[in-house]
Amino acid sequence: MSEQEQIRKQRPERRADDTTTPDVDSTRGDQIKADLDDLLDEIDEVLEDNAEEFVRNYVQKGGQ
Amino acid sequence: MAIPKVLGIETEFGIVGGPDHDPITASTLVVNAYAQPGVSLINWDFDDEMPGHDARGFPSLTSVAPLVETHLANTVLPNGARFYVDHAHPEYSSPEVRTPREGVQYDVAGEEVLRRATHAANELGGYRTPVVVYKNNSDGKGNSYGTHENYLLARSVEFPDVVRAMVPHLISRQIICGAGKVGAETEAGYALGSSFQIAQRSEFFEEIVGLETTLKRPIVNTRDEPHSDAERYRRLHVIIGDANMSQYATFVKLGSTSLLLAVLEDFGVDVFPVPPRQPVHAVRRFGADISLAASVEDDNGQQRTAWDYQDQLWHLARRYVDDTGAPAVADIGEVEDILRHWREMLDGVRYNRDAVADRVDWVAKLRLVEGYQERHSLTPDDMRLRAIDLQYHDIRPERSLAARCGLRTMVSAALAHSSTTEPPRSTRAYFRGRCISQFSTAIAAANWDSVVFDLGADPLHRVPMMDPLRGTAELTEELLDRCTTVRQLLDELGA
Repeated sequence: MSEQEQIRKQRPERRADDTTTPDVDSTRGDQIKADLDDLLDEIDEVLEDNAEEFVRNYVQKGGQ
Repeated sequence: MAIPKVLGIETEFGIVGGPDHDPITASTLVVNAYAQPGVSLINWDFDDEMPGHDARGFPSLTSVAPLVETHLANTVLPNGARFYVDHAHPEYSSPEVRTPREGVQYDVAGEEVLRRATHAANELGGYRTPVVVYKNNSDGKGNSYGTHENYLLARSVEFPDVVRAMVPHLISRQIICGAGKVGAETEAGYALGSSFQIAQRSEFFEEIVGLETTLKRPIVNTRDEPHSDAERYRRLHVIIGDANMSQYATFVKLGSTSLLLAVLEDFGVDVFPVPPRQPVHAVRRFGADISLAASVEDDNGQQRTAWDYQDQLWHLARRYVDDTGAPAVADIGEVEDILRHWREMLDGVRYNRDAVADRVDWVAKLRLVEGYQERHSLTPDDMRLRAIDLQYHDIRPERSLAARCGLRTMVSAALAHSSTTEPPRSTRAYFRGRCISQFSTAIAAANWDSVVFDLGADPLHRVPMMDPLRGTAELTEELLDRCTTVRQLLDELGA
């Protein structure tokens, strides 16, 4: 039984036409996954040189 | 009928660098550097600022109203926005707009304003450590600064009902609108022991309801400063929320909140889900739980997750749109877009995160952090992961990680650019912006609900704009096109 079905069973009060099948576009997701490696390569290039100093120096005064 | 959901976003940006590494100096340089051809810096008219007015109708003995700072750099832009130094941050307050999509448009325009202003400040100053600006809400060391939303609400809605209806949304919407954060930075955050949080701000909230914004931050802020006719309107000042790099996250944040406020006006408070017994605990707990499995007890003793709350609120909004079309929020096409993306993001964070890494900021950031951690076998507290977190929000395209991770956009670069100078046509911001473009040198000051003209010898002329829905292009474009002098404009307005 899928996780989705279990959830529906836990919510008997909901009308059948109320539930929504997850409508997620998985091809787009695959593409994003494939791009992640390239992206991680790019992070190495653009990440601030001295991460420790960069993070330490990033101090703000509080605001609203 | 629900009243039109006029709205806007104010963002305090993080800032580092500059001549003396002082954020107030750097912020002042950035605001003052935003020179606009033919437009001088416009003063803010503080006459109507009343941050001490409490929507609960009584003076609070434990809350301290924020101080209004009148001496720091300030200007009003031709797009109707306010750009100024607030506390120790440059702040961009978008013009009032009529729909969530316009809200995104003017929020993105704000990023460009900050980018250009920072570039100009660095060009002028030639600092050894250039000024850099970040669209985030925390420094990771216990200091937070805000991104606030404002919504027009009918005065007839009782404030306790606003609290009762909106708390479930304000504590749970972070699962789709949170900007994500590496680590924790408050006692409350440490206690939850999460190495990655869904939202930047959740651990900073300490009260359910209150007047304050910088200390003891409340989930529902009671500042009763409508910047409009107080007999008819409230302005709900939402201080719990993150600055989003994802335009769709901003869209759904504004859209879902507008829809639920319209539901409150039309259907009343009883249709809303039962709030959690301990809202402050709930917002922190949900914020620290990337599994989305954490549940809290509601006032009836039932366990609910943040996802349960969002799912129920989505169905409520869906039903409202089916019944009414929600014209108070936007036209039906835009309203359906809000519902569709809200639903997809909600299902995505639960069932298929890769599919919404292009719209949900915390999911996009978490992928970078986890991917980088795995690739280099880093411990969760490695400074490089914190650097990735900060750099996600860098507004410079050549440095921004958000600009590289495949976020979908809904505002084109050309529209963002023109929106830095063109006011929205849908609210009184149109009149304000046009006056600033056309008559900048004759404007003594401006604020949300007035423009003050200085004609030299005469006393100052204040043109009040107490209704956010007047002063639109429809009502004033011809007049402004026709008037070549302020005198003529004032004569025609009968001022």
